[in-house]
Amino acid sequence: MNQERLEHMRGIFRGPLLNLKDTLLMMASLTDRNLSLALSALAERNTEKANVVESEDSVVDKLEVEVDEMVVTYFSTHGPMATACRVAFCGSKISQALEGIADQAVAIARRSRMLNERAELQSEVDITEMGRLVLSMIRESINAFVEVDPDRAAPIVLRDRQVDEINKANERTLNNIMAQDPQNIPAYIHLLFISRSLERCGDYAKAIAEEVHYLYTAQDIRHEHGFNPKS
Amino acid sequence: METRVMNENHSALSGGTEAVAGATETGAAAASIEVRDVDFYYGSSRALHDITLSIPRGLVTAFIGPSGCGKSTLLRCFNRMNDLIDGTSLQQGSITINGVDIYSRDVDVIELRKRVGMVFQKSNPFPKSIYENIVYGLRLQGIRDRRVLDEVVEKSLRGAALWDEVKDRLDDHATGLSGGQMQRLCIARAIAVEPEIILMDEPCSALDPIATMKVEELIEELKKSYTIVIVTHNMQQAGRCSDHTAFFYLGKLIEFDRTEKIFTNPSIQQTEDYISGRFG
Repeated sequence: MNQERLEHMRGIFRGPLLNLKDTLLMMASLTDRNLSLALSALAERNTEKANVVESEDSVVDKLEVEVDEMVVTYFSTHGPMATACRVAFCGSKISQALEGIADQAVAIARRSRMLNERAELQSEVDITEMGRLVLSMIRESINAFVEVDPDRAAPIVLRDRQVDEINKANERTLNNIMAQDPQNIPAYIHLLFISRSLERCGDYAKAIAEEVHYLYTAQDIRHEHGFNPKS
Repeated sequence: METRVMNENHSALSGGTEAVAGATETGAAAASIEVRDVDFYYGSSRALHDITLSIPRGLVTAFIGPSGCGKSTLLRCFNRMNDLIDGTSLQQGSITINGVDIYSRDVDVIELRKRVGMVFQKSNPFPKSIYENIVYGLRLQGIRDRRVLDEVVEKSLRGAALWDEVKDRLDDHATGLSGGQMQRLCIARAIAVEPEIILMDEPCSALDPIATMKVEELIEELKKSYTIVIVTHNMQQAGRCSDHTAFFYLGKLIEFDRTEKIFTNPSIQQTEDYISGRFG
């Protein structure tokens, strides 16, 4: 993006759109924190952390409602065009994706709490690495939004495939383990769902990246499986 | 059927609860306007029907509606500019500013028009220098001290976001300014006499988009010190600039509420039809 366009894009965040951006960043911060806490709760078998994630989810829910109210009001009172229109529209979709991630964080927290009630599993499934990858995708997509850098958003779309592959591998591994250790199937099922929750978070992070790219370039890269950010 | 809807917090609007903290910063406290049961006639033709509304102090209120609906007529009632038109009369009701009936016999209309300034659709600078345009009202009041006049000129032009553009050419003829600059000069001229209320009758309709943007930004600043009432045909302008919006049709007030409410969820179908562009 050339300097002139970059300055134009940065300048769009004034008044109501600046408020929208600030609210989205607050949502992103809380969502990141909740997902990190949920993964810590799982890794450390910490029920208290899991409880915090569940109790704080309502704050993210309220912010999602607030964002939509802001967007509807902005469309109605300002009749925005072009970039301003895309910012408002994409802002609503980004908040939905963030709320979706927060919901998955709650799901992970609940399942980790249930796992804590059982003996610790010896499993080859590495949720920690998957979680780290997903968190990096979320952070990169939000950074792309903040720094007006659509090129940074595009590779996240490719990274989601990696998360999908890890989930599939986890499913195969867990299926094999459950066949050998049927007594602990209920516990392994929790891990299966936790892996799927993280895969879902990866999808949301990809969606945020796609919205950020569209917001700044007006180019829709959704569903373009062969998309190359350098082309 | 009662077609006029006031928002449920109507009573809160008319009091001081909505006063802006900065209203006293310049020493000219913003005022509120109360309109009660007003009928207005041009000769035998009734232009306003039973209008009642409370315009809150320190905020921007927009009047919207199709041409001929009475919004400019009502605006001109607030500084009795309609008195200058033969055959007009306010035949019923009252209009008070800060509790004072402006149509009572002992009201000094000249003083009223100092307190309630007006900016028109077509900017109307006097055929004088920029400096003399600003100080004209002060000279009429007998103010001669050059230092005082200089201070007021700078303060007013800064208040109208015009100082930096004209400070080195105050003796230039005002009609040499661009359209947007002339309109801001008219605003500066109005605020030079420290009004409480500024009326704006389609102030941007003759301006290009950049000049319009500058005037709208100025309105956002001015409301910290003045109560502003603006008539506009531009829906987005009403949405961007105002805190409250009143919709008029055929001389009647149809709906009055917070701008956000009017534009996102109006109570009356007619209001929704108008702001959606289905008529008008």
